[in-house]
Amino acid sequence: MSELTLTVMRLGFLAVLWLFVIVAVQVIRSDLFGTRVTQRGSRRGGETRPQRAQAQAAPPQQRQQQPAAGGGRRAERGRRGAPTKLVVSEGSLTGTTVALQGQTISLGRAHDSTIVLDDDYASSRHARIYPDRDGQWIVEDLGSTNGTYLDRTRLTTPTPIPLGAPIRIGKTVIELRK
Amino acid sequence: MSHTSNTTTISTAGAPSRRNTELALLAFAVIIPCFAYANVGLALHGEMPSGMLGYGIGLGLLAGVGHLVVRKFAKYADPLLLPLAALLNGIGLVLIWRLDQSPRLAQLAKNQGFKFVPSAPNQMLYSALGIGLFVAVVIFLKDHRILQRYTYISMAVALGLLIAPMFFPAKFGARIWITLPGLGSLQPGEFAKIVLSIFFAGYLMVKRDALALASRRFMGMYLPRGRDLGPILAVWALSILVLVFETDLGTSLLFFGMFVVMLYVATERTSWIVFGLLMSAVGAVGVASFEAHVQARVNAWLDPFGGWGKSAASEQISQALMSFGSGGVFGAGWGQGYSDLIGFAANSDFILGTVGEELGLAGVMAILLIYGLIVERGVRTALAARDPFGKLLACGLSGAFAIQVFVVAGGVMGLIPLTGMTMPFMAYGGSSVLANWALVAILIKISDTARRPAPAPAPSPDAEMTQVVRP
Repeated sequence: MSELTLTVMRLGFLAVLWLFVIVAVQVIRSDLFGTRVTQRGSRRGGETRPQRAQAQAAPPQQRQQQPAAGGGRRAERGRRGAPTKLVVSEGSLTGTTVALQGQTISLGRAHDSTIVLDDDYASSRHARIYPDRDGQWIVEDLGSTNGTYLDRTRLTTPTPIPLGAPIRIGKTVIELRK
Repeated sequence: MSHTSNTTTISTAGAPSRRNTELALLAFAVIIPCFAYANVGLALHGEMPSGMLGYGIGLGLLAGVGHLVVRKFAKYADPLLLPLAALLNGIGLVLIWRLDQSPRLAQLAKNQGFKFVPSAPNQMLYSALGIGLFVAVVIFLKDHRILQRYTYISMAVALGLLIAPMFFPAKFGARIWITLPGLGSLQPGEFAKIVLSIFFAGYLMVKRDALALASRRFMGMYLPRGRDLGPILAVWALSILVLVFETDLGTSLLFFGMFVVMLYVATERTSWIVFGLLMSAVGAVGVASFEAHVQARVNAWLDPFGGWGKSAASEQISQALMSFGSGGVFGAGWGQGYSDLIGFAANSDFILGTVGEELGLAGVMAILLIYGLIVERGVRTALAARDPFGKLLACGLSGAFAIQVFVVAGGVMGLIPLTGMTMPFMAYGGSSVLANWALVAILIKISDTARRPAPAPAPSPDAEMTQVVRP
């Protein structure tokens, strides 16, 4: 065996050994578990790539979703005074915020809702919140048992949501904020 | 989980099962030792070794069986534990085979009147048995919490395992073997490590509140009450007894260290660590002052080159130090070192010396990192475990593993006195390989339970009737 071959094999083995260590560490890095935010294409941003952000295990009720790319996207939204996030202010999900990015937000006890309400007085598909063509946010009751209240009035038709007005669903209260 | 278009869904991320990651890493972990094996053959004989194919297939088969069983019976287990252990076992096999090729060791055995028997085939057999034990534990241990029922039985078993070697003749200066006529010998201390950590976990889970809360504050430290000191004193006394009657420094250090680690984890009181260190220092110094075997070890540690030609123990340590030195940063290359000069126990206690000489600092660091990763996965499992018993058991097992690696590597490198323990998975020895595969199997079971997604809440909220608000 020539000296050169042996030297190459010697260094090659060390390289392979370290490669294994590095791959193992990469596996650990991708192995942190916590909450997962799956994002499906937003209407305006043109971001269709599903995103997977992993936060360190937070208590399930206190999860927060941060807008994926802070200021840049907000500037695109145009309209001044438009709400940027939905905040749960009462009920078991208190403190949860969802960034408003032109997507429809469904509320209810069904586990595929955007905001899954753990609330005996909420229906499986209780209400939805969506932007109309002008970017005005609308809340619509989906035929729920106990109804959806905007401020103190029970909704009968899709209604625009004023900034900061409480929307009551069962024991949960949500509002839109800037 | 279904998505309507244009929505964001927030949910708890269930850890995926990651079995394919494990398989890929496992394949990698089999290829590395094969590469090393070819490397040794080329360097020593200038040709590909003849046993290469059998060796590679054997290792691949063992790893494959382990993987399939994990896939079937512990679907959500940690993906790293099995590949890391398999890699260490494979590299250990290559190292042992490489030392078998040394004419110097064969001559040594002949001079001492033994027939030279190559160790690698035996070690391959032990590895197969080890994987067998691993498979058995993964299949038959349905839930690690079952072990909790056997808290005090494990104590009795562990005591038995620790005391039994006292009745057998000493081998190589330490009474740590049970010799079964016709079957060979067994090192019960390796198994006692697992059994004892089951006992500690079960005991501390019940007693930790008393140990953590009932304490007085004194000089910034929480002093435990006198009666709570009982168990730690008992374990200390036991490890001192082991040290005195079996002259085995390593085992006693391992048990006491493991107990202190688990006490600290269970109670979060730093004072236990202070106590533990003080007590082990007092114990070690006390015993070293009258026990000749321990004294020889300490002298060899303080002045390894001073005893050259006088005592075999210090000669071994100085040979090991020289092999680390001559290895340098990148090592001499597989098969090109002179670590066989260590002589006796070159392929068991001193196996790290061969790594140091032939793979150099870079190789030793990688191996130590792999050990570190196993410990890290164990501790991570403990963090993720949902039940306190599982947490403590995972901590205790990975702590014991870490202490063992530290004690052996530190001893061989001259950081602490040499203690005569085996490097887990790498060193030659059936008991060690079997016990460590069992240890990894228990960790895999705990991590499977910890990472398994929580069962769907029943009854499903969708099915439940919505309550009607009555005004």
